[in-house]
Amino acid sequence: MTPATPTAATPLSQVPLSQVPLSQVPDALGRFGRFGGRYVPETLSAALEQLEQAYNEAIADPAFTAELNGLLGAFVGRPTPLLFAKRLTELAGGAQIYFKREDLSHTGAHKINNTLGQGLLAIRMGKRRIIAETGAGQHGVATATACARFGLDCVVYMGAEDVRRQAPNVRNMRFMGAEVRPVESGSRTLRDAINEAMRDWMGSVETTHYIIGSVVGPHPFPRIVRDFQSVIGRETVEQCRRQLGRLPDTVVACVGGGSNAAGMFYPFVDHADVRLVGVEAGGRSGKPGDHAASLSYGSPGILHGSLSYVLQDADGQTSDVHSVSAGLDYPGVGPEHSYWRDAGRVQYTSVTDTEALDAFDLVAQREGILPALETSHALAWAMEEAGRRPPEEILVVCLSGRGDKDAAEIARLRGLPGASS
Amino acid sequence: MSASPSVASPTVASPSKVSELADRFAALKQRGRAALAPFVTAGDPNMETTLAVLESLDRAGASLCELGVPYSDPIADGPVIQSSYTRALAAGFTLERLFEVSRLATQRVKMPILAMASYSLIYRRGIDRFVADAKAAGLTGFVVPDLPIEESDQLDAACRQAGLALVRLVTPTTPPERAEAIARKSTGFLYCVSVAGVTGARTDLPAGLIERVKWLRTKTEVPILVGFGISSPEQARAVAEVADGVIVGSAVVRHLAEAANQPREEFIRGLEGYVSDLAAATAR
Repeated sequence: MTPATPTAATPLSQVPLSQVPLSQVPDALGRFGRFGGRYVPETLSAALEQLEQAYNEAIADPAFTAELNGLLGAFVGRPTPLLFAKRLTELAGGAQIYFKREDLSHTGAHKINNTLGQGLLAIRMGKRRIIAETGAGQHGVATATACARFGLDCVVYMGAEDVRRQAPNVRNMRFMGAEVRPVESGSRTLRDAINEAMRDWMGSVETTHYIIGSVVGPHPFPRIVRDFQSVIGRETVEQCRRQLGRLPDTVVACVGGGSNAAGMFYPFVDHADVRLVGVEAGGRSGKPGDHAASLSYGSPGILHGSLSYVLQDADGQTSDVHSVSAGLDYPGVGPEHSYWRDAGRVQYTSVTDTEALDAFDLVAQREGILPALETSHALAWAMEEAGRRPPEEILVVCLSGRGDKDAAEIARLRGLPGASS
Repeated sequence: MSASPSVASPTVASPSKVSELADRFAALKQRGRAALAPFVTAGDPNMETTLAVLESLDRAGASLCELGVPYSDPIADGPVIQSSYTRALAAGFTLERLFEVSRLATQRVKMPILAMASYSLIYRRGIDRFVADAKAAGLTGFVVPDLPIEESDQLDAACRQAGLALVRLVTPTTPPERAEAIARKSTGFLYCVSVAGVTGARTDLPAGLIERVKWLRTKTEVPILVGFGISSPEQARAVAEVADGVIVGSAVVRHLAEAANQPREEFIRGLEGYVSDLAAATAR
């Protein structure tokens, strides 16, 4: 496991730290420092302008907020609890570990916070057809769910490899009336699903809204998704104050595109005394092609419409990546994470496939919770770290999703009965 | 940039590629012709073939050529060009080899060659270095399909300094005021995308295209070329009636897919015949 040292690769002296609080991003052009922006074909420009305008109007409209909050309560089940992980804390023998239970959200992960918000935006824009990409299938399920609730048509693009390894979610999307289109191009994973969703949108943009599932893509998506996911961090701040009497010492979340981490971290970024740690997919090793850790091993580049850290070759061709977790198997990351990385505000580290799988077992056996494989990356690092910290410290892990979808794939990897093909 | 015959300065000491391109459009106009601009992928199936293809396009009467630079994640491209990019990358395409083959090609052919490249590749190499390499290779300029005007100041400045064209795109979803702003920034020519969608041959010309080109014509002096979806001589002829030129992409690239199954001479002959027919159709 890589220790979470402040990213030594980029000296802070190179980073123009602004005088304004770190939370005051993006600017009008969608810039998080030098990252972000809007690098898309002209065909999409008008739709992104329209989305930005619709979003600004929506958040100024109390009726929009009231409707969204109502849904987050009665439909999603928010607020999700903050749980003391008693037996895991005993095992680690150090800092107290708490779980922010996003796995208890309707559909089993944080993704629903964003799809309900964007679904309401689509309705405000008069768009009745929704497209989405999905990796682990959680965003696909959350999108299908929002569309069923709102009566919108739904098409989900999903890499063929992910269709195989996340079969339960594919089935659930179809139950809710969504059409799942397997993507056979490229590496047949999340990155290819985003490419196909973008291509669909190129031809359907006047009638279709693309609900992007993470804090990635062209402006204003990284901001909108972060804002909708920030309910995670806002609740956590409040729960820590109420339940523990203070803010935590450390907050940990897994990072693929980075939406649960962005939502968890954002309300904390201006609290300089709270340490924030993002955990990427270390895969099989640190060799190119063996992992999906863009912030740990990548370089600034443009992928899917924004400037951020990307795993790429010397020419700028996107690298193939690997992770046992379909939701982290992505060669890019949200631009705000790149901003936080270079500003030294968030530390990014990675854990391997094996470490994540071991954490899955431990949390299942000691806490009675099956965490998603994505989340298991954050849990692996959190358990190690808790052991290195004194018992008076508090460490909060964003338990971003439940692991039911992964059970068959984990059984297959372990050669256990009940495995999927 | 003006499409009118450049009487002011026929050739100065260091003629910019932009003015060479303007002269070419002016000459076509005098002969009552619209431009034919085929698109081919660099490095599909290999660089030697690309060189032979560029020479054959020149012989067949292409007025200029867009050389597609393979990129791993081309979101504006349909299946034909995507597959072509994938083949080229699998065959070992690199930017070094792109500039190498461009250098050879621009020495051998009369038609100007523009690189169609994702901004991802330009940004990664460094804007100044990419532009300098392109200029040294004799390229005329760039079409950057994923770079909207808001993000283009740096590349624009570098191109102007180097005398290279930076061709902008307008699409059916572009609002009128924005289309005018884009046309004002475009150098070399203006790329009018015929449909909202990805690249790929389509059977009919989209409704409203002819009117849109006519409207653009009243807003800008820069030559207007129409692309996306055009594959047949009939479509090319209809577009050439109102536009300054026609871009044909996927239909040309489809020939490249067959290159592996045919002796090179045979495949080149087929491609050349196809492009000659298109070129004949652009005579007004």
